[in-house]
Amino acid sequence: MATVSLEKINKVYENGFHAVKDLSVDIAEGEFMVLVGPSGCGKSTALRMIAGLEDITSGILRIGGKEANDETPKERDIAMVFQNYALYPHMTVAENIGFALKLRKLPKDQLNAKVKEAAEILGLTDWIDRKPGQLSGGQRQRVAMGRAIVREPSVFLMDEPLSNLDAKLRVQMRAEVSRIQRRIGVATVYVTHDQVEAMTMGDRVTVLRDGILQQVNTPQNLYDNPDNVFVAAFIGSPSQNLYDAALTEGARSIKLGSQEIPLPDAVRAKRPALASFAGRDVVVGMRPEHLPAARPGETGPTLVGEVELIEALGSEQVVHFTIDAHRVIAEGALEKDEAEAVGAGEGVARVEAKYPVKVGDRMTFAIDIEDMQFFDTATGLAIRG
Amino acid sequence: MRNRKRVGWHRYINGVVISTIVTALFILLPLYWLIASSFKAPNDVGTTQLFPNPISGANYSNAFVGFDFGIYFRNSLVVTIIATALVLVLGTLAGYALGRLPMRGKFTTLVILLMISVFPEVAVIAPLFLLMKEIGWLNSYQALILPYTAFNLPFAIWILRNYMLGIPKEMEETGRIDGAGALRTVWTIILPQALPGLFTAGIFCFTACWTEFLMALTFNDSNNFRTIPVGIADFGGNFQVPYGTIFAASVVAVVPIGILVFVFRKFVISGLTSGAVKG
Repeated sequence: MATVSLEKINKVYENGFHAVKDLSVDIAEGEFMVLVGPSGCGKSTALRMIAGLEDITSGILRIGGKEANDETPKERDIAMVFQNYALYPHMTVAENIGFALKLRKLPKDQLNAKVKEAAEILGLTDWIDRKPGQLSGGQRQRVAMGRAIVREPSVFLMDEPLSNLDAKLRVQMRAEVSRIQRRIGVATVYVTHDQVEAMTMGDRVTVLRDGILQQVNTPQNLYDNPDNVFVAAFIGSPSQNLYDAALTEGARSIKLGSQEIPLPDAVRAKRPALASFAGRDVVVGMRPEHLPAARPGETGPTLVGEVELIEALGSEQVVHFTIDAHRVIAEGALEKDEAEAVGAGEGVARVEAKYPVKVGDRMTFAIDIEDMQFFDTATGLAIRG
Repeated sequence: MRNRKRVGWHRYINGVVISTIVTALFILLPLYWLIASSFKAPNDVGTTQLFPNPISGANYSNAFVGFDFGIYFRNSLVVTIIATALVLVLGTLAGYALGRLPMRGKFTTLVILLMISVFPEVAVIAPLFLLMKEIGWLNSYQALILPYTAFNLPFAIWILRNYMLGIPKEMEETGRIDGAGALRTVWTIILPQALPGLFTAGIFCFTACWTEFLMALTFNDSNNFRTIPVGIADFGGNFQVPYGTIFAASVVAVVPIGILVFVFRKFVISGLTSGAVKG
């Protein structure tokens, strides 16, 4: 067991591409750290630098407190699970799992015992003599996990290990990977572009964009208190509604397009810094679940939008609406088609399943104003404190 | 009703099946004629007899006893097996390096290799002969082994390189993390996955060496170092050509290649088509 510490790590490729910029993160013993971000944000590069598969251009990597920049992958005592599993197709499940131990020249009886134990943990005992080609996607995934855990490494690295699985199996394996990680209690760095995976699996989550660290925190804190517009937009599904707005004098209300929403004293008390933005433009963020349908006679702040699309999920309805305000899109935070869809001021609200609503309605949403988030338009940073 | 479904044996009659049968016959009939003639009595060879009657082994015994075919067969085996082994060992290492390792001048190297592989043998035969004479290698196994290796290596490198390109890089990375060195990675992880490519390159090389004539004729004129193609060509004298013996020797010469292709046919087919489609 070991800690992993990245101190101002940089990666510049030969062609001049700066993939990772000044990345500093500390991962505690036994911690499940998720690196998340859109494609090309440098998360896999960071992982590969920890593994020793990529050289570190500058900065210091410590594993177990010891500088590891110049150590070979073998010396770092890590185990890695790849997206495509990288199982050796010509070896059986048992040979795949035991390969690293064989290289360490472990006596055969010990090797067999360890392989057997790993196979039992992962429910692979019945497939031990099969070749990877004869296994299902989930079983192959488990063999890859087995190959990693049997070595009892100091650090576990996983590079999008679930992205080749179908949606249902992915949910199942998500729980299984978390269970195994907790059981063996080894510091784990897990790379994914799927923010749902990041939220559900990580003890803490590191959000990256264009090689730059955006925020490191627990999933709940990331969700509740994003440091900037990008994290606010990236974390959460459906994504947070972010609009350009104007704070009125004294920060008593915000103007969202043609609608004016009063800000109660409680909101200003919670965010005293808002006062300094009075009379200026800001970005406001509202989570879809913070926009329930307004009840008749609603007295709190409300937002009126025109309903464009309704997705009935059974447990709730996801209502897509438009307002005449400018929607803020953090580049890379949304999938391309999602970003195009929200281009024209579209917002999303979660409404209770039985609420009567149809496309074309002008619908009034009650705003959970205390949960509204504010960001500086110029810097994109959260306005707090 | 032009597209009425055909039933019974009629459904097997179509253009594709017929042209396949014609092509197969075109290839197989001369082979049949070769094998059938080799089993005819020496005097019946060249007649229109379709089946050997009586079946005779005289041509075969004549080839081995009367014409030293055993020596030629041994020489061919030695030269071909050693050259093929060398080509595969060197080709694997070079193919791995060119396919998988970061190195400068890869593209230039590959283009040069391609040029060498289409170089006409006859253009280098004279300088090579002088060189062999100079270093005293005429009438030796190495006089053939070395040029055969050199001439077949580029093609083998191309096949193996293409095959290794198709193996995911994570395979080696997992190996590195598991603690395998470079040679161990090639031997234990990459090579088993490149077996189809290896068999394909091996069979092509084996066939090329086994049937090579020009160098074998030029460099080794002593009976002790003659290989099969030159040996068979020399069966004929000034007044007589022993066709039956030549047929028998040719059948024996074809056997190793036939066995190789038959045993490894699955590998060869997958080796030839690898990289053709994604996945």
